[in-house]
Amino acid sequence: MSKDNLDNSRRKFLTGSLSIVGGTGAAATLWPFLSSMGPSAKAKAAGAPVKVDISGLKEGEKIDLIWRKKPIWVVKRTKNMLDSINISDSQHKDPMSENIEQQPDFAKNKYRSLKPEILVLEGVCTHLGCNPAYKPDTNDGNLGKDWEGGFFCACHGSKFDLAGKVSNGSPAGANLKVPPYRFEDENTIIVGELPADNKESKV
Amino acid sequence: MSEYNEKSEGTGVIGWVDARLPILSFIKNHLTHYYTPKNFNFWYFFGSLAFLILFLQIFTGIFLAMHYKPDAKLAFDSVEFIMRDVNLGWLIRYMHSTGASAFFIVVYLHMFRALMYGSFKKPRELIWLFGVFIYVALMAEAFMGYLLPWGQMSYWGAQVIINLFTTIPFVGPEIGIWIRGDFAISDPTLTRFYALHIVAVPMVILLLVILHLSALHTVGSNNPDGVEIKKNKDENGVPLDGIPFHPYYTVKDFVGIGVFLFLFAITVFYVPEMGGYFLEHANFIPANPLVTPDHIAPVWYFTPFYSILRAIPDPAYGALAMALSIVVLFFLPWIDSNPIKSIRYRSTLFKINLFVFVTGFLILGYLGVKSPTPLYNALALRFSEMYFIFFAFLYFYSYARASTYTFIYSGILIFLIAIYDILRINSDNYIMVLTGLALVCLFVLFMTLAPLYSNLNVEKEVPDRITG
Repeated sequence: MSKDNLDNSRRKFLTGSLSIVGGTGAAATLWPFLSSMGPSAKAKAAGAPVKVDISGLKEGEKIDLIWRKKPIWVVKRTKNMLDSINISDSQHKDPMSENIEQQPDFAKNKYRSLKPEILVLEGVCTHLGCNPAYKPDTNDGNLGKDWEGGFFCACHGSKFDLAGKVSNGSPAGANLKVPPYRFEDENTIIVGELPADNKESKV
Repeated sequence: MSEYNEKSEGTGVIGWVDARLPILSFIKNHLTHYYTPKNFNFWYFFGSLAFLILFLQIFTGIFLAMHYKPDAKLAFDSVEFIMRDVNLGWLIRYMHSTGASAFFIVVYLHMFRALMYGSFKKPRELIWLFGVFIYVALMAEAFMGYLLPWGQMSYWGAQVIINLFTTIPFVGPEIGIWIRGDFAISDPTLTRFYALHIVAVPMVILLLVILHLSALHTVGSNNPDGVEIKKNKDENGVPLDGIPFHPYYTVKDFVGIGVFLFLFAITVFYVPEMGGYFLEHANFIPANPLVTPDHIAPVWYFTPFYSILRAIPDPAYGALAMALSIVVLFFLPWIDSNPIKSIRYRSTLFKINLFVFVTGFLILGYLGVKSPTPLYNALALRFSEMYFIFFAFLYFYSYARASTYTFIYSGILIFLIAIYDILRINSDNYIMVLTGLALVCLFVLFMTLAPLYSNLNVEKEVPDRITG
């Protein structure tokens, strides 16, 4: 065969099609490896919903539990605490809870909760992941005169009110996250499951 | 810029880089202008396949190491965790375990190719030496990897192999304890095997592969005709019978890779245990230092050597014979000095010798997975003798031998074989001993005396150029 008779278009077609098929195969082969780095069935099972009994929770108290390796707070807010929550003020970055990443639809309301008095939050600062401290007292001298109770992150000084809304001037950019949860009965919360009726509600 | 490297390729930025880091020159010297004989056949697939499997083992191994726990209390469960809970973890583990067996299949075929076409002969002795070192490192790698699942075969296989070292005179028991890091196989053994398996030995293998390939590219590939293509070059210094490795053999190797991956995938998805040969059944039971499984056998790739070990009824001599059966491979280039490389031009006797050797090696492998019986033991002993006789014949066929030399050489071989039988013969075993001895001696007599009384040793003339 002389070089003049070479059909380069056939050769190019074969090289091209082989590259595409082989490249696709190689890329597909990567899938099991990338997938294996995701959470295992065991880790997912450990991330299953957790149940918490709040019958012993007194007004103004906070309890901690762990869901998906994260701290979850449950706070029973008093009347005064609820009164301190104001959505029409200009002190917060997201007073209307419009960032839909930060709460399920049911919590897009004034108190960011299913029931006004019961607050459920992920205790992870939306700045860089520290655990903010619960500071319910209005006369906490370190936090200034305006402090109406809330959560304070000691890492970088972010302030959140008693609905987990971030204050203006805080390093954190978003409100504390409300996890999915529902009430199984009056005193039992299941964290990790949404209520059947997950709709925006005005409480 | 050419003052840095006269041979640099390209201009501009590419030329600037190439003068300092000769990537393009490397590609040119080792792929696009690396001339390989034009007559590579089926047997030349296995080098590139071995390279692919090495990559595959390292890659799958990294991902297994992310989930595995090298702790005697956790190891077995962590492997089950990989199999059941990690996303597609079973697939990654089966790729790794099948890859180990595939590695040995490919390496054995690669070595057989070298035996057939004399690829270990001058000037390729170093390639062979590095290759045997890779093979030994691979055996160590496979052995240590097999301990990690911490199943019954892991434990008892390691027990047997480590105890081989305790047969060394005087210091043996101390060496055994030192290797295990304890008085029995336990957690320290597991953790050190893990470190060696995932870091040390793979690095050694990678280094040896670089040396193996560097030596290969220095002298060039052998071929099925055993003709040196560098002896016949055109006016540009390009071998007349050579074609550039890329694209010709890269394309050919891709076909081999395609067929290999097809078979590999079938194994991984449908028969990953391969009926207990790739993953032994007893290894699905956690290691128990108090109960030995009824039948323990190494994984198939070790069984020929395991047979040689068992054939000799003495721990020290058995271990010595097994060690020798591997050590002898290193000396192959100096044992076989026959200038003819390829089996195509060698004598009928050489072909018989190689055929008997390969058959014997396979039979030894088969015997190694079976429980020992008197008949199997007798067969294992005879085929172990044949294993070593192969090398004796290779040496003998290196030159045309005078008749006196032939008779003396034949006599010495028969004496060496017979002396052991004379020492052990008794009224119970004499039928089996004498039958076996007679068969081996007849074979030795035939193979050594045939050159004197027949034309079976006639060799063909090696052509100057590659044929066809």
